[in-house]
Amino acid sequence: MTHIAATASSPTQPAEAFPTTLAKGFVNRLVIIIPYLWLLFFFLVPFIIVFKISLSQTAISMPPYTPVLDFKDGVSGFFAGFRALNFDNYTWLTQDALYFNAYVTSLIIAAISTVLTLIVGYPIAYGMARAPATVRPTLLMLVILPFWTSFLIRVYAWIGILKPEGLLNQVLLATGLISQPLVILNTYTAIFIGIVYSYLPFMVLPLYSSLEKMDYSLVEAAEDLGCPPIGAFWKITFPLSLPGVVAGCLLVFIPAVGEFVIPDLLGGSQTLMIGKTLWNEFFSNRDWPVSSAVAVILLLVLTIPIMFFQQAQAKAQEQGR
Amino acid sequence: MKSLGSIRRDFAPWNDPKAKPYIQFDKVTKKFGDFTAVNNLSLTIFEREFFALLGASGCGKSTLLRMLAGFEEPSAGRILLDGQDLRGIPPYKRPVNMMFQSYALFPHMTVEKNIAFGLKQEGMPGPDIERRVAEMLKLVKLEQFAKRKPHQLSGGQRQRVALARSVAKRPKVLLLDEPLGALDKKLREETQFELMDLQQELGLTFVVVTHDQEEAMTMADRIAIMDKGEVMQVATPAEIYEAPTSRFVAHFVGNVNMFEGKVAERTASTTRITGATGAQIVVDNGGEATAGSDIVFAIRPEKIKVSSKKPADAVNALEGEVYDVAYLGDMTVYHIKLDDGQVVRASAMNASRVTEDPLTWNDRAWVSFRPDAGVVLTR
Repeated sequence: MTHIAATASSPTQPAEAFPTTLAKGFVNRLVIIIPYLWLLFFFLVPFIIVFKISLSQTAISMPPYTPVLDFKDGVSGFFAGFRALNFDNYTWLTQDALYFNAYVTSLIIAAISTVLTLIVGYPIAYGMARAPATVRPTLLMLVILPFWTSFLIRVYAWIGILKPEGLLNQVLLATGLISQPLVILNTYTAIFIGIVYSYLPFMVLPLYSSLEKMDYSLVEAAEDLGCPPIGAFWKITFPLSLPGVVAGCLLVFIPAVGEFVIPDLLGGSQTLMIGKTLWNEFFSNRDWPVSSAVAVILLLVLTIPIMFFQQAQAKAQEQGR
Repeated sequence: MKSLGSIRRDFAPWNDPKAKPYIQFDKVTKKFGDFTAVNNLSLTIFEREFFALLGASGCGKSTLLRMLAGFEEPSAGRILLDGQDLRGIPPYKRPVNMMFQSYALFPHMTVEKNIAFGLKQEGMPGPDIERRVAEMLKLVKLEQFAKRKPHQLSGGQRQRVALARSVAKRPKVLLLDEPLGALDKKLREETQFELMDLQQELGLTFVVVTHDQEEAMTMADRIAIMDKGEVMQVATPAEIYEAPTSRFVAHFVGNVNMFEGKVAERTASTTRITGATGAQIVVDNGGEATAGSDIVFAIRPEKIKVSSKKPADAVNALEGEVYDVAYLGDMTVYHIKLDDGQVVRASAMNASRVTEDPLTWNDRAWVSFRPDAGVVLTR
């Protein structure tokens, strides 16, 4: 009987707990809402503005495009402006080969630079991950250290190194390795050097984190089973570091495609990259609508393949489980 | 020590002077900087032996195993396998395989691929690999898990995969680093017997590293007790338990009572000991002890009889008071405080449901033991 009495009194307890669980759920949701709000205000809203400008026409006015969507002429004026929006700027991008070439060149340069950064960054990350645990924080610090100086100044410094009478040529001439100064500045080589140098930390850090958490006994097990060290690297270490490779490559490739400073300072005037084209449209031509269209297309070119890639990866992971 | 070694099975090449050693550690030293992990150690292991290296963590047992596998090179001394000096031979060329403590299963490969990994390295033809993998899966009873990845398996299943992978290549020697350390107690006990059966079935030489004395006692033909990079004693489990040669070994394996004392009299058949606190003990095997020397008399709790009256025929009987009683079901453990102050631990099997001579806290009691029940230790 006492047992029944006890159960009868128990329903009051969840009733009391109910408001607290609700509050807890609200707090949990709030935590997720904050980053979403951030993205909404600082990414989605500006993107919508850019997209709207890309559908407008240039005009000699302030701001330099028309129509400007406002309620100066009432609600009907707003809708009239809305109807004036069109995709002419996008058609224009397909008519001038300049844009297509700039996109393709940018993608190729970014792809080559990403591969080069991976080749340079992997041994660094590997060495760091295999270093004694006491030394690792120092090595990590050294990788991050360049960030403490302005990016622009570091790229400028490369001009001093790469120019015909620069540091590199002087050293090479002095050691007798070359008799004529090398022309590196204002070539694609200089762009590759600049991108590899600037983006190396973005490659090294994700690689390091995936290599560091790998259990070294896996490599020992592979060797124990008759696999020489190089084979063990390709069969065990590299496949297991793939998430880091992918993350590092995306972190380098995406900003490299739209890179403006490095091609502008190191690549000279003849290099054709989309970041520079965009800058020219915006500041030299003052054609905000076309440059906005260039920016929107760039975003699509970058996000759509990544979305497909991530979807494929999620599917593969699901199958693995 | 007659007949102690033959309790398990009739396999004792170590008693045969003509038997050829299979693995030989010859004055091996391994230093890591200032730290000496293994110190001038010599050890012989025979073919088809199940050999256990037992010791506390940091005693050098894992280093010994890693040197055999080739992950570490000795700083001095030689390691011979089947007469061949292993120095300079990299791990991937040694005919030994290791089962890692962490199992070290390749997380991006299925169970099947994990097991096939070593066979592929050997260049075994595809159909043969398939056959061998199937055979291994059957051996460890994981046939239906062939396509799973390691993270989809339970701890016990992973342990089996690791085992299958390490024996798939039919190594001359299988090294096992704490093979059962990650399993829960019940599974561990089952697996101990499975490992023994497997070793018999495959006819391999097993060298297992463990810190669990029960595990070593259950599985091994012989055990090497290690401490601070040195081997303290190498013997069969029964010898280790019943005839330890040093205080360290007596203490390390099982429970033991130690009586500090001096040899008062030594004849061919008896040794009379005067305990430091006055107890008189007579034993029939004095070992290396000589009259007048300081020794320790070590006796296991189950060899001591506890009674409320002095047994009439007892050679050794000491009086005291019941200090503690612990009833464990299968046996009862008594702590008796002798009149000279020393506390003796004695255990009695509860062979019947009712104890005829019940003893409880603060009762007067006698502890008695036969002259051959303990050992005299000089070290």
